[in-house]
Amino acid sequence: MTGSFAAGGPPDTGAPPDRPGAGDGGYSAADEAMARAAAAGWSPDAIQIEHRSTWQDVWQRFRRDKFAVVGAVLILLLIAMAVFAPWIAPHDPTMQYEDGITMQGQPVGPSAKFLLGTDPLGRDLLSRIIYGARVSLVIGVLANGFALVLGVVFGLAAGYFRGGIETFLMRATDVMMAFPIYLLAIALVSVLKPSIWILILVIGIVYWTPMTRVIHGEVLSIREKEFVDAARLTGCSNARVLFRHILPHLVAVVIVYTSLGIATTILFESTLSYIGLGVQPPTPSWGQMISEGQSYYLSAPHLVIYPGLAIMITVLAFNLVGDGLRDAFDPQQRRR
Amino acid sequence: MAVTPAGRAGEGDNVDGDALVTVDDLAVHFPITSGIVFRHTVGAVRAVDGVSLTVKRGETLGLVGESGCGKSTTGRAILQLIRPTRGRVLYEGTDLAHLRGRALRRQRRRMQMIFQDPYASLNSRMTVGDIVGEPLLVHRLRDRAGRHERVRELLQTVGINPNTQNRYPHEFSGGQRQRIGIARALAVEPNFIVCDEPISALDVSIRAQIINLLQALQREFGLTYLFIAHDLSVVRHISDRVAVMYLGRVVELAANAGLYGEPLHPYTQALLSAVPIPDPEAEERRRAVVLQGDVPSPADPPPGCHFHTRCPAMRKGLCDREDPALREARPGHSVACHLVTESDYPRIRAGEDDLAEVAG
Repeated sequence: MTGSFAAGGPPDTGAPPDRPGAGDGGYSAADEAMARAAAAGWSPDAIQIEHRSTWQDVWQRFRRDKFAVVGAVLILLLIAMAVFAPWIAPHDPTMQYEDGITMQGQPVGPSAKFLLGTDPLGRDLLSRIIYGARVSLVIGVLANGFALVLGVVFGLAAGYFRGGIETFLMRATDVMMAFPIYLLAIALVSVLKPSIWILILVIGIVYWTPMTRVIHGEVLSIREKEFVDAARLTGCSNARVLFRHILPHLVAVVIVYTSLGIATTILFESTLSYIGLGVQPPTPSWGQMISEGQSYYLSAPHLVIYPGLAIMITVLAFNLVGDGLRDAFDPQQRRR
Repeated sequence: MAVTPAGRAGEGDNVDGDALVTVDDLAVHFPITSGIVFRHTVGAVRAVDGVSLTVKRGETLGLVGESGCGKSTTGRAILQLIRPTRGRVLYEGTDLAHLRGRALRRQRRRMQMIFQDPYASLNSRMTVGDIVGEPLLVHRLRDRAGRHERVRELLQTVGINPNTQNRYPHEFSGGQRQRIGIARALAVEPNFIVCDEPISALDVSIRAQIINLLQALQREFGLTYLFIAHDLSVVRHISDRVAVMYLGRVVELAANAGLYGEPLHPYTQALLSAVPIPDPEAEERRRAVVLQGDVPSPADPPPGCHFHTRCPAMRKGLCDREDPALREARPGHSVACHLVTESDYPRIRAGEDDLAEVAG
C-alpha cells in the first residue's frame, strides 16, 4: 500500500515542506498562481491553477509526517525481507544443525555462524525470524482483506438500504462484538484443523465487526449528501449509486483502518501461534517461536527477545503508517 | 388525519388542461420511532400535509415559505426522492408515486432538480465531464464520442469553459459549480426542473447571473420550473405564479400580480410586510405585521387552520376547529382561509396600504 503511494507520488512541487502557511497545498498553489497572474497583468485565462488531485495532497501531507515515513520504510523492508527470504537468510530455517546445540542440549548464543544464536532444536534463529515475516505479512494482509470485504459489503448494505437489513446486520455486529473474540477464535481453530488458510478465515470472521461499523457510519452520512440525490435523479441504479458514488468516498477510511487492522491481525496471529493454535511447526512464526523459547528464558533470553522485537517493530510500523494516513486524509483534524 | 378538501381546490387551476405536473393531496410524514430492537412508531413529523397544486407547461411556479415549512420536502417528494406518505403526483397523467425501479428511472429523464448547495451536490471524486455525462450514460443516450461532444455543448450552454471536462469540482467556484449542476440537469433534456433554492448558497454578486441563466434556458428549451425559495423578491422576479406554504400546507396560490398586489391570506400579508423596501421614507412610514410566537412543531400541528395560533384575525370556534380548504377567492387566486369570503374580511388586512407600496 505504501509502495503504491511511493510509486504514484507526484514530483515535488517545489514548496519547502515546512514553509509557514503551507497548511493546505492546494490553496498555496492557487495563491501562487494568482500572484503570478497578477504580476503578468490580470486576465482570467492567465490563471493556471496547478492541477492537484486528492491523492497528491494526501501524499504531500503524509511525507511530512516523519514517524509515518519511518513506518512506511520499515514496512517496505519487512516486505523485502519476506519476499527475498531465501536469499537473505544465512541458513535453512528448518535445518537442525548439530553444532547448534551444546553437549547439554542447550541452544547456543550468538556467534559468527549463528548471528542471533540457535533455538532448542539447533535451528538458526535469524533465519527463522526472516522466514517468520512471511507468515505474519501473509496472514496480516489476507485476513485483513477478508475482514475488509465482509465489512464493506455489510456496512454498505446496512447503511444504504436501511430497514430490516440494517437492523439485522448491525445487531449481529453488536452480538459479535460482545463475544470474547479470543475464545471464539480458539473454539473455531480447535474444531477446524489449524493451517494458514483456516487462520486467515477465522481472523477474518472475528475482525469484520469494527470495519462494518465504521463503513456503516460513513455510508449513513454520505447517502444524505445532495450528490447522491442527484445521482438517483439522473436515473442511476442502486448498484451504480453504491459503487460509483458512495464507494469512492470510503477509500480513505478503508485504507486507514486496514493499515491499523493489519497491526492488530499480526498480533492476533502471534497470540494464536503462541498458544499452539496458529501456524503449525515446522513453519516458523514469531508467536510460535516465543512459545517454544519461553522455557529457556533464563539461560537463552535471545529466544524470546528477538521474535518479540520482530512482532513489536512490525506492529509499530503499521500503526505509524495508519496514524499518518489518517492525519493525511483529514487535513481539518491535523494536530500540527 | 382526515383528508382535507384541499385536494379538490387545485382543480380550479387545472381547467385549461395545460397541466404538466399535478400534485394531489401530497403528504410526507416522517415517522418518529422509539425502541432499538422492537422499533415502533410513536408519532410523525408532518413535513408536508396535504399539498395540492398544478404546474402548467412552460410556467415558473414559485414556492415560498419560511424554513421548515416543507417546501423543499414538497419538491423532493414530487421528484420521488422522498416517497410520499399519501397523495398523487401526476406527470403528464402518469402517477409517479406508484412507479418503482426501472419504470421510475425511465421517467426521471423528464424531470430534474437543481440543488441548493453547489458544494454538496457534485461528487468530488468525479470529473466535470463524468458528472455532466453520467445521465447520458445511464440512459444510454449517446456513445462515448457523442457523450463527449454533448458534454462540451452543455458546458458551453451554461457558460463553463468546455475544455475543463477533466477537472474536479473543487477547482471551480460556487457559481461555476452551480452552472455545472445545471448542465447535469439539462443533459437528459428534461421538461420539468425543480429548482431547490438554487441561489441561496451563492454570493450575492453571482445570484443575478444564475437567475438570468435559468430564465434564458427556460426560453430556449421551453422548460417548466418549480422554483423553491424563501426570498420573496427573487420569486417575484422569476415566477409566473406563486404558492405560499405554511407548516406543510399551501395557504395561498395566485398569479404573481395577484399575490403581491393583493395578498389575501393573513400569513402572506405578514410575509410580504417583512420584505424591506429600498426607500428609506417608505420604509419609515409603513407598519410591518409582526407575528407573535413561533411556528408550531410539525410533529404536533394545531387543529383546524395551521396558522390560527398566530393569526391576528383568528376566530374562535371556527379557525381552531375546521381545516380551511384552498378555494378560489378571486379568478385564478386561491386561498385557504375561512375569513376571506366573510363580509368583515377587510378587518384582517393589516397594513394594506403599506403592502401596496411593497408591491410597488
